[in-house]
Amino acid sequence: MMVEQKQEFEPRIVAFVCNWCTYIAADAAGVARARYAPNVRLIRTMCSGRVDPQFVLTAFEKGADGVLLCGCHPRDCHYSAGNYKALRRYTLLKEFLSQMGFEDERLRLEWISASEAEKFRKVVEDMTEKVRKLGPLDLDGGE
Amino acid sequence: MPAKPKVAFYWCASCGGCEEAVVDLAEGILDVVAAVDIVFWPVALDFKVSDVEALPDKGIVASFINGAVRMSEQEEMARLLRKKSKYVIAFGSCSHLGGVPGLANLWDRQSIFEWYYHKAPSLAEGSAQEPRESVEVPEGTLTLPAFWDTVKALDQVIDVDYYLPGCPPTPKLVGNAVNALLRGELPPKGSVLAGTRALCHECPLNESKPEKLLIKEVKRVHLTKVDPEKCLLAQGVLCLGPVTRGGCEALCVKGVMPCTGCFGPTDEVRDQGAKGISYLSSILDFDDEADIRRAIEGIPDPVGTFYRYALPRSILMRTKVVKPHA
Repeated sequence: MMVEQKQEFEPRIVAFVCNWCTYIAADAAGVARARYAPNVRLIRTMCSGRVDPQFVLTAFEKGADGVLLCGCHPRDCHYSAGNYKALRRYTLLKEFLSQMGFEDERLRLEWISASEAEKFRKVVEDMTEKVRKLGPLDLDGGE
Repeated sequence: MPAKPKVAFYWCASCGGCEEAVVDLAEGILDVVAAVDIVFWPVALDFKVSDVEALPDKGIVASFINGAVRMSEQEEMARLLRKKSKYVIAFGSCSHLGGVPGLANLWDRQSIFEWYYHKAPSLAEGSAQEPRESVEVPEGTLTLPAFWDTVKALDQVIDVDYYLPGCPPTPKLVGNAVNALLRGELPPKGSVLAGTRALCHECPLNESKPEKLLIKEVKRVHLTKVDPEKCLLAQGVLCLGPVTRGGCEALCVKGVMPCTGCFGPTDEVRDQGAKGISYLSSILDFDDEADIRRAIEGIPDPVGTFYRYALPRSILMRTKVVKPHA
């Protein structure tokens, strides 16, 4: 830990991506050899509505400096309304995280369709830079 | 006749309500007293710490410890009772999950002291003096226990065998636990001695719950005229029954108050508040961000609402950055 801090801070970002849209966009970005920050770790879920707030908090607990939630655009959900559920969870979670002292940029929600490989690249780049500026999350675990 | 099993009661950071809960056994307490030998109970009996220290290790069959752990003295006592007891039972929400005192994890020692001893309005203006851990007086050194930054649940400090949830645990659950102990019919270690399913399953209003429950507004109970015959959630009053362990037989709901979650999460859930956020998001009947924002204005304090009893045992445990008191 001490050694790591001496080097330049590389944020760890966990992205929960929907199987039907953002995962395909990320795949397309890869196939197109788009270059984006290697700081993001993708976790594929069947739907953004599958992302339990416990997943997000656990990601932070296990060392993520930022969490990115990605789903289909409104009205485009493969299961009709999962992304709206994700939006409501995200809105409430944001309120909770702000009370817990988290900076706004640590949790982000983006709608990225299967054809938006370039948007995926931009969002990852942008979020990585914003979280890099914030620095490590540093949860002290109550000590 | 063999010696009666020894039991101890202790309180840490708590309001005293859990001690009342023991007395709430009413005449049942006479059976308990007849069956066991209470060797330590600071609130009711005059035993000293040295009496506990003099007992052999594991000499106490069961210690019932209520209250959260927020000071060094509480940790010391918890460790001592752990050493001397065969079973340690976390008694009540504070001991089980951190409880209401656990909401102090939104602050730390410095900010709490600053507010209570310096900035809060007081009749004794200008006499601000913080408690110190050690003070020199002519007779020698006086010491006080250390006050921590973070409030902890009992099992974050010592190994706990069983949990009796509730704020406070109901006399029925306490009675059941004591009887199980006396008969030696104990469930697996780590069990929560209450229901295993969510409160809704035993709620008398469950039948009035509509098949598809959607709400447009989150109402606060003190500002709402509630129909006592209808599911509170269906009336827009935030009830934590869906994310709270059952076992209390819906005491609050029977009193026309929504569940606030004192029995903690069910066995499958780790973070009660996160699950609360999740379930409320599922039933809010809005898809537009502005509408959602307006609807959740009915929850002015998400931490105090969803984590009222469970902040120390939640995934994040405490706030990352302490905000100064308003």
